[in-house]
Amino acid sequence: MNKENREMKADKEIKENKEGKESKKGTGGKADKENRGNPESLGAGTFTDSRYYTNRELSWILFNKRVLSEARDKQIPLFERVKFLSITASNLDEFFMVRVAALKDMVSGGYTKADIAGLKPVEQLAMVNKATHELVNLQYSTYKRSLVPLLFSNGLRIIEHHEDLTAKEIEYVDRYFMENVYPVLTPMAVDSSRPFPLIRNKSLNIGALVRKKEGDEELEFATVQVPSVLPRIVPIPSEKEGEKVIILLEELVERNIDKLFLNYNIVCAYPFRIMRNADFSIEEDETEDLLKEIEKKLKRRQWGQAIRLEVESGIDKRLLKIIRDELLIKEEDIYQIDGPLDLTYLMKMYGLDGFDHLKEYAYAPPQPVPELPEDCDIFEEIRKHDILLHHPYQTFAPVVEFIRRAAKDPDVLAIKQTLYRVSGNSPIIAALALAAENGKQVSVLVELKARFDEENNIVWAKMLEKAGCHVIYGLVGLKTHSKITLVVRKEEDGIRRYVHLGTGNYNDATAKLYTDVGMFTCSRPIGEDATAVFNMLSGYSEPRFWNKLALAPLWLKDKFLYLIARERVSAKAGRPARIIAKMNSLCDRDVIAALYEASAAGVKIDLIIRGICTLKVGIPGVSENISVRSIVGNFLEHSRIFYFENDGAPEIYCGSADWMPRNLERRVEILFPVEQPDLKEKVLHILQGELKDTVKAHVLNRDGNYEKVDKRGKAIYNSQLEFSREAKEEARLSKAPVNERVFIPEIHHQ
Amino acid sequence: MKTFAAIDVGSFELSMKIFEISSKTGMREIDHIRHHIDLGMDTYAEGKITYARVDELCRYLNEFTQIMKTYKVSEYKAYGTSAIRETENTTIILDQIRQRTGISVEVLSNSEQRFLDYKSIAFMGEAFNRIIEKGTAIVDIGGGSIQISLFDKDTLIATQNLRLGVLRLRDYLYHLDVGRPQYETLIDELVSSQLSVFRKLYLKDKQIENIIIVDDYISALLRKKNIAERVGDQVDVKTFDKFMKLLKERTLQELTRLFDMPEENVILLFITYVLMTRIIQTMGAKLLWVPGVTLCDGIAYEYAQNNKIVLPEHDFEQDIIACAQNISKRYMGSRKRGETLERIALTIFDSMKRIHGFGERERLLLQIATLLHDCGKYISMVNLGECSYSIIVATEIIGLSHVEQEIVANVVKYNHLEFEYYDEMGRVSTLDRESYLKIAKLTAILRVANGLDRSHKQKFKDVKTRLRDNELIITVETNEDITLEKGMFSHRAEFFEEVYSVRPVIKQKRTL
Repeated sequence: MNKENREMKADKEIKENKEGKESKKGTGGKADKENRGNPESLGAGTFTDSRYYTNRELSWILFNKRVLSEARDKQIPLFERVKFLSITASNLDEFFMVRVAALKDMVSGGYTKADIAGLKPVEQLAMVNKATHELVNLQYSTYKRSLVPLLFSNGLRIIEHHEDLTAKEIEYVDRYFMENVYPVLTPMAVDSSRPFPLIRNKSLNIGALVRKKEGDEELEFATVQVPSVLPRIVPIPSEKEGEKVIILLEELVERNIDKLFLNYNIVCAYPFRIMRNADFSIEEDETEDLLKEIEKKLKRRQWGQAIRLEVESGIDKRLLKIIRDELLIKEEDIYQIDGPLDLTYLMKMYGLDGFDHLKEYAYAPPQPVPELPEDCDIFEEIRKHDILLHHPYQTFAPVVEFIRRAAKDPDVLAIKQTLYRVSGNSPIIAALALAAENGKQVSVLVELKARFDEENNIVWAKMLEKAGCHVIYGLVGLKTHSKITLVVRKEEDGIRRYVHLGTGNYNDATAKLYTDVGMFTCSRPIGEDATAVFNMLSGYSEPRFWNKLALAPLWLKDKFLYLIARERVSAKAGRPARIIAKMNSLCDRDVIAALYEASAAGVKIDLIIRGICTLKVGIPGVSENISVRSIVGNFLEHSRIFYFENDGAPEIYCGSADWMPRNLERRVEILFPVEQPDLKEKVLHILQGELKDTVKAHVLNRDGNYEKVDKRGKAIYNSQLEFSREAKEEARLSKAPVNERVFIPEIHHQ
Repeated sequence: MKTFAAIDVGSFELSMKIFEISSKTGMREIDHIRHHIDLGMDTYAEGKITYARVDELCRYLNEFTQIMKTYKVSEYKAYGTSAIRETENTTIILDQIRQRTGISVEVLSNSEQRFLDYKSIAFMGEAFNRIIEKGTAIVDIGGGSIQISLFDKDTLIATQNLRLGVLRLRDYLYHLDVGRPQYETLIDELVSSQLSVFRKLYLKDKQIENIIIVDDYISALLRKKNIAERVGDQVDVKTFDKFMKLLKERTLQELTRLFDMPEENVILLFITYVLMTRIIQTMGAKLLWVPGVTLCDGIAYEYAQNNKIVLPEHDFEQDIIACAQNISKRYMGSRKRGETLERIALTIFDSMKRIHGFGERERLLLQIATLLHDCGKYISMVNLGECSYSIIVATEIIGLSHVEQEIVANVVKYNHLEFEYYDEMGRVSTLDRESYLKIAKLTAILRVANGLDRSHKQKFKDVKTRLRDNELIITVETNEDITLEKGMFSHRAEFFEEVYSVRPVIKQKRTL
């Protein structure tokens, strides 16, 4: 009774506060603006001050730096480090095409609205430029100073310059060039009659200055694309026992460039690579926040404008000038690289045979789930209790099995699922098609707008339709990011609904690499909500209210703000209050302001955020009670988990949404509660494990930088490794035979 | 276990609920699908539902049949309400729907619709029973009209339809072309006169402590905003007022965002709020309850009850009887006479069961006819039959279908007037042959009963009846002179004999 009263009081306070805020917004907008930047105005209501926020691009660069730090970590097997370096390179490419491109558009469109941190696009661009240059330098110093020498001492020699080839090697590579490479090259020379050719986005090219052999004419520009259809890594037979030798394709092209321009003398030749402002519709995923605003401002789009030029350092200045002038590249967008351009080739190198001993094997492969033994009746097991899956430590197979079983089960009436990104050749698609063929009603919501996957999605969506599935292609204006599957089954005692809810996509390939949480349940309230979700996605009216689930874009943000505010009220009243939240990115201003308010009221808040975090820690009176850590490890942290103390009756939620405006406002996302006590324990254990991590955790400092955890006086704890071990142990225990026959030897002297 | 679908072809929304119904576990809703379709706009503005709208309706009804198939629904019931009822081309549209979707939609009268709403609330069981222990009113707010039903000590005693629906009020206000600030005063004026009549007629000194609200806007909002989170939760009027004050204080745009509602709904919410406030004040209620039921729930309950799968805790018949008693009281009917008549008529009815083959429902109709047998004398003692008929037809008796109401009215009428045969009656009425026969058979019984109490002095202590061969022996226990009764009786018995081929015979038994 007492508790109820308290809860009611808390609710009331929250409501009143909310109301109060609403009315302030109506009238106080101008005053707020004037107060910004005035230190005297600190206090309640100023938590939205832009000084308390970090720019999201800079925060992202810090994230990529953390990934890079893995490539620099001597504790990690060499080939894993190589892989991490490759990841930083592909990350950076994407960042340029999407984020930097957007910033450049904003600048050229004359858009001057400041971001969450109070920075105008011009200022952001300058800061981002500086930071990316530093990042690139760090990438290449890692490559040249650490990795290449280490690879060499481990038996892998990379010939960086064709000039370093021995006579025997020359013979081999030249033959390789003539046989394999030459036929696919398209050399292009530029003179007054031939215009500057189109240099394709992200392509690697060799640019050259050439002069006609006959006559004493001026220097001309020539270029040839290094063919992307051929492997970038060219192995060369080694003269030494136990040594592997490789050279990169562009070196071969560069070496033989004279064969392409026969009537010319080659003055010099250097590789270069450009990045273009990619088409927005493809990159929408990251930029959609800004898209609408920009469209208004930007009158003349310069599609395909080059935004970044990478050249080998020491490039001939005349050559550089020609490229730069033709592509209209600014000085600050030129990256002089000391090493091979485009390090993403390292991912291919990871696959080279013979270096398995330099890879990571401490992590066990995905383990069986004890609650769902092989050949079990998955529906029966779910009826017993809710079941939690923790990927990739535990296998994703039960999820596939769930749908496969449903497809064959005569009692199943319907299967409904949202699909966002699915692996090629997905077993889930096959199971859904089978279900439709078996006469089940199958509804699939396919999100075609999933970045880079459109084509892939269309192909199998068509396939599903052919099989008789009801395919819904997303909602207008909203991307469906939620991950939910509903199986409706007619059982003896009536209709029962089995639901799987997850934080990760239904993708069996990424489920081996991403950490995610999934839950099976046949709880009635959740089943009802799941039905309502699919009714809504099919175009029917939203339900009048939800039992357990919270959905974006309509209700989720309010729910989070409410939950955060409830902790704040508790703290103020001297009751226990705590928030632990784990997600990929945090950059929603309203949520951060609410966290600041809660922190100021005394709520202890621990955030585990893998990527972007625009919140600042340690600001007196604002965020002293907030800690932020980022786990960058063997697996990609991907689960979203939220813990709220709720005055001693903790509530735990999992979901598909980050605390980003795009997740909370322009996507269909689902947040679901984990209520079964043992599962709550499990989820809490995940959070606690990551908070304990001393190996892979980077902690955000007051100065805005991340540092590895200070290990002094603390146990060495690698959360991902521990989770992996635990999953293995659990699987082993559950498999332990009960009636093992044991022969007991008789020992005479006893 | 049965899977049942209830479809409501409403004026603003097409909706379907799927239920599992079993006598063991009761009713369980397993799906609720809604699609916004403005049939009402067509009907109210043009008088007809346009082709495009019918097309849309059929498309969604076809989807509904698909969904029904998925759930392996064994039976369904589809009802249309005012938009279908009031459109000029009702028959054509219903036929089109049947042709194109296979779904046959029936049309509900206002009182039938309200009764289903009421049933769905009453079926909430304990929560409902607890509330109606004290004086309670159900306020069912629709687009065209509102229905107020009053309870006294757990029995429904009166129900009244007032043409004060939210959409109707909104249309008035649009015509007046005024701004929102004036809404409150204007609604007040529109509503007050009707409410004060209502108070004089029904409330007098009754204490109404609780109000049960059935509507689309307040209910949804209160639940959404966690004011009344759980079913059965009550909201006190003060909390309601405080919360609703926002409506006056905020701009339309702010409210739209605050309540997650389209602007149009905010206006309707505001009208509902003003209306409710007036009603609350008129009644002096202290607690509100929003059970959040829909017509679909009522449809399913009716189905479950008719098929005897689920039986209600609440006695709906008692409600109908209590209503009839109250109507009789209002028209100064004689209660004692009514009760005697009721006793005799039902005794005859019961012993004639083998012959007429009627069930409980017809027994109830007869009972109501006895209770209302003389209500017309309030207007004219000479034209008693005609006047009674008019009163009964014009008074809303919640729980009776319009056909049933017509039957009762006719039975009362022909108790006093010469019976008209089908061909004659058919000229002025739309009643089918079956209803006509019911009227004839019930009239015959009422006439005999009436004859037995001709002097209105309730001379008999006890009346016993026995059916033997072709005679109905009516034994009356009295020491008084019953010459008048006997005389009247032979005249009245003729019609009885004509209808049943059974001759009623009166026997007097004297007590010592």
